[in-house]
Amino acid sequence: MTFSITLTVNGTPHHLALDDMRVTLLDLLRDRLGLTGTKKGCDRGQCGACTVLVNGQRLNACLALAVQQDGAEIVTIEGLAPADGLHPVQAAFLEHDAFQCGYCTPGQIMSAAGLIAEGEDGADIERIREGMSGNICRCGAYRGISLAVAEAARKAKTEAGA
Amino acid sequence: MKSFDYLRPDTLDEALAALSDPDAAALGGGTNLLDLMKLGVAGPSKIVDLTRLPGLDRIETLPDGTVRIGALVRNAALPRDPGFAAAFPMVAEALLSGASGQLRNAATVGGNLMQATRCAYFQDPFAACNRRAPGTGCDAKDGANRNHAILGWSPACIATHPSDFCVPLAALGAIVEIAGPDGLRELPLAEFHLLPGEEAHLTTQLAPGEIVLALRLPPGAADFAGHARYLKLRERNSYAFAIVSAAAALRLEDGVIREARLALGGVAARPWRATAAETLLAGARPAPETFAAAAEAALAEAAPSGANGFKIALAGRILARALAAAAAGTPARMPALPGSVLDDSDTEAAHA
Ligand SMILES: Cc1cc2nc3c(=O)[nH]c(=O)nc-3n(C[C@H](O)[C@H](O)[C@H](O)COP(=O)(O)OP(=O)(O)OC[C@H]3O[C@@H](n4cnc5c(N)ncnc54)[C@H](O)[C@@H]3O)c2cc1C
Ligand code: SF4
Ligand code: FES
Ligand code: FES
Repeated sequence: MTFSITLTVNGTPHHLALDDMRVTLLDLLRDRLGLTGTKKGCDRGQCGACTVLVNGQRLNACLALAVQQDGAEIVTIEGLAPADGLHPVQAAFLEHDAFQCGYCTPGQIMSAAGLIAEGEDGADIERIREGMSGNICRCGAYRGISLAVAEAARKAKTEAGA
Repeated sequence: MKSFDYLRPDTLDEALAALSDPDAAALGGGTNLLDLMKLGVAGPSKIVDLTRLPGLDRIETLPDGTVRIGALVRNAALPRDPGFAAAFPMVAEALLSGASGQLRNAATVGGNLMQATRCAYFQDPFAACNRRAPGTGCDAKDGANRNHAILGWSPACIATHPSDFCVPLAALGAIVEIAGPDGLRELPLAEFHLLPGEEAHLTTQLAPGEIVLALRLPPGAADFAGHARYLKLRERNSYAFAIVSAAAALRLEDGVIREARLALGGVAARPWRATAAETLLAGARPAPETFAAAAEAALAEAAPSGANGFKIALAGRILARALAAAAAGTPARMPALPGSVLDDSDTEAAHA
């Protein structure tokens, strides 16, 4: 069967006639839209490498059918930064050297952006670690990741308060 | 993955008509179904996406105080709802102790109830498994079974139900609303999942073509809000299924337990309500010996199903500990590490 869907990805609308219902959002982004920033780690919801924002919420793109996202607004790592620089989470990752090989990084950054938007990061590092536990880092860069997310969360709050 | 047709009904009647096909499967968030389809364990020829059905994504309070949760409410939405989290803190804690932020945003209430066991042989289409392929045997019986059941198992199947959410729901007497070709019916959640007996492939009371429509928490379930905890032991402190877990809720008056609500998770093919232990606690004063006696009563019939005898001791301890934590009072703020025994960051009680 074919099913026509509309998706907005990083601000660009896409009208797609899906010819196979099995395509996951992850495979759609990577293989059909050429957005390979979103990574495939486990393909089973166990690592977080495929995290994207769907209608502002972080999700595992590997466990989401593309067809089910009809009408959604999707943001991937390619679309997170404003035109003139870096997203605060990206800047904080650079600042805190929050990666080694970088494979988990797009998922970590998208997950952190989602966590901060959810407002459940709290003020303490323990809540951030818990909130980020759906993102595994094989290189063990967790210390830098937690510090980076904490700093970005702090900045987001200061800006919201200002 | 086997290919399939995708249907997106706009009404309940259309959804039920589509699901009358025995090869059709309902789709919620897809976090379990899609995984099983990739593994070759599930292979529906038709997927019926329930997520656009109207009215099932609401949390409502009915005139008599019942709280009704639509089957399509996302797992993340319940702990995020301040009224819900305050009234049912151990349900919020159980949800937040499960899966990850990403998965909770996708997973639905109905899908959480209906999720399949995490038994490794169930997930392997080449293994013998009575639950997946009736009559083939049970490779877990002589295999990797340290996480398997200690209560309610049978020689046909020793799997556990993996949900955290269902454990406090069973304790609080939640009701499952079911819609099917013959109309609506309802069942206590504690009886919704079937124990294996000889028919391990029948996992819930849902008949073919039926769906979970909503969950209800009866009036009175919120009376336990001041003294309620969910504790969960796992191989790592977050993003892992329970080895054993316990939901404990108390209604205290003048230092005496008037009523207790208890259930264990990770021990059986259903969330295990511990009614004998509840009865034993009614009228007692909260004390370590009382909690130990309650734990013993809850596990009186437990037996190892493999190399998992340690889970009996562990389940007793987590239940006693959850009771002590509940007696101390629900924390004012959700612990930084929900469900964790390693979290001592917040000891201030909410409703003291
Ligand atoms: C890596 C990982 C870690 C996890 N950790 C935990 C954990 O620690 N604790 C925990 O409790 N859970 C955990 N989970 C499981 C998770 O909670 C479930 O996958 C989720 O709740 C399923 O909901 P869903 O809406 O995505 O279901 P789906 O995948 O859409 O559906 C699951 C099943 O339910 C059926 N179904 C869906 N909705 C209905 C309905 N309304 N009526 C009838 N049938 C229906 C489907 O046909 C399917 O058989 C984890 C999952 C993953 C992938
Ligand atoms: S324990 Fe149950 S689910 Fe696991 S292999 Fe045996 S029959 Fe299958
Ligand atoms: S690739 Fe999606 S969670 Fe690992
Ligand atoms: S930086 Fe290598 S996996 Fe995280």
